[in-house]
Amino acid sequence: MNLAIAFAYLIAAVLFILGLKQLSSPKGARQGNQTAAVGMVIALLATLPLLHFTTGGLTVTVLGIVIGAPLGAVSARRVKMTAMPQMVAAFNGVGGGAAALVAVSELLSQTSHPAFAIAFPSVLSIVIGGVSFAGSVMAFSKLQALITGTPITYPGQQIVNGLIALAIVAIAVAIIAFASIPLYFVALLVLALVLGVAFVLPIGGADMPVVISLLNAFTGLAVAASGFVLGNFALIVAGTLVGASGTLLTKLMSDAMGRSLANVLFGAFGSLVAGPAGAGAGAEAKTVRSGTAEDVGTMLAYSRRVIIVPGYGLAVAQAQHAARELADELEKRGVEVEYAIHPVAGRMPGHMNVLLAEANVPYEQLKEMDEINGEFKFADVALVVGANDVVNPAAHNSPGSPIYGMPILNVEQAKNIVFMKRSMRPGFAGIDNDLLYDPKTIMLFGDAKDSLTKLVAAVKAA
Amino acid sequence: MNAGLFNEFTFFILAIFVGIEVISKVPTILHTPLMSGTNAIHGIILVGAILIAASANNPLQIVLGLVAVTLATINVVGGFVVTDRMLEMFKGRQAQSRQEKK
Repeated sequence: MNLAIAFAYLIAAVLFILGLKQLSSPKGARQGNQTAAVGMVIALLATLPLLHFTTGGLTVTVLGIVIGAPLGAVSARRVKMTAMPQMVAAFNGVGGGAAALVAVSELLSQTSHPAFAIAFPSVLSIVIGGVSFAGSVMAFSKLQALITGTPITYPGQQIVNGLIALAIVAIAVAIIAFASIPLYFVALLVLALVLGVAFVLPIGGADMPVVISLLNAFTGLAVAASGFVLGNFALIVAGTLVGASGTLLTKLMSDAMGRSLANVLFGAFGSLVAGPAGAGAGAEAKTVRSGTAEDVGTMLAYSRRVIIVPGYGLAVAQAQHAARELADELEKRGVEVEYAIHPVAGRMPGHMNVLLAEANVPYEQLKEMDEINGEFKFADVALVVGANDVVNPAAHNSPGSPIYGMPILNVEQAKNIVFMKRSMRPGFAGIDNDLLYDPKTIMLFGDAKDSLTKLVAAVKAA
Repeated sequence: MNAGLFNEFTFFILAIFVGIEVISKVPTILHTPLMSGTNAIHGIILVGAILIAASANNPLQIVLGLVAVTLATINVVGGFVVTDRMLEMFKGRQAQSRQEKK
């Protein structure tokens, strides 16, 4: 590598680091993304002099970019804000797949048995990249509801997964030690794909954000490994940055849910039976009070303080604009309106902020959990729009519950609670919520957007 | 271990520390955009994909190269665009509310 290229790679690496730095503060976040993009362009341009095109090589390179660029740009532009999480999973998966293929191709091009310094990172890149690809496909399918979001478990699952992992290690050792047989590379890739699927199967849909973040870190490592294979400084540094920061981010995300990463990955969350307390009574024994939009609208109109608690239901129904209309209508009548944002409401941390910002909800009205939790006891109405697990008091008072210990919004302290839900079905974590049966709770069944629109009319009429 | 490999290993270790240090204080609302941003950065695998695709000289390598370049391009382009879309709303809103205050 000549000096000019090395220098350009260094600039790219610095821009990636600066970009990450900016991305972690709200002020410079968008600029940070652009900084990183500039780094990427520099790294790509600097690579051009390194290429020795064969005739077929030039064609496939150009063709791949011509196919991939519009695919990526158009799907990123068109995706609805609610589907962002699975979009990130998809982009992560293709990156992991690319890393694995780069390593396979490099191994195939070796004329003699590769040295350890090539074989070892190649094998790592194939395995980690393959797991990341297949795992991301699974995460995508769960979030897109192509397959069920509930954990899929079967007896002996851990053993099966362990055996797959063992087989991978065996083939990897064989490749590194003596055999550079193409069939082995294929077997390794296939097993890695199987492991990726098996690894995500028992994890519930609600935990997919953490899984996507972890797989993102995996892809970073696979890319770094590919960098060792190709002896490319840019790949090593950028891949490792992502691997390291992605791992930390994964930990921060599971911390925000009050759980350990191991519990997320191996807890088969949601397949646990609800805790001993509460659930024993049985759902049929409890009574639910359901109301009409008119009842609720009147109650809201004559409140002094209303806290809206948005959740995934708001996101699926695309009800953010309707929520804002309701808030505007209430404010016209002098009602104080705020939004309580749980760190993991929706499918991703920050999901609600993005949605509500899109509906032009003033930034100051969005309150983070710690800020608003003391305020619920002063609120006349807590209006829960399609959220469930993040307000479930079982997290405070039912030690047997799988969500015990998770920080929640103290909705139960409000004078009145309105739950807007499509049905009595438990939330994503699959745990019953006693708050639904609380005497001060009114259920307003239906699609969040419809219900909110009706509420706006009811408030106007009141 | 030769000097080149040792240099690579040094970069690797240092990058681990930088990667952890640089995002250690990130607010919850930025978790998703940050994940998406790092997702775009590992699209650097496009450099690797192009390196192998360019020198492809048999049908198998051509197919592998084509798929790798396509996937990596989707990763890079989609990753940056989707992150920008997430952040555009944050920024627009805050800038606007600041103007309203004035």
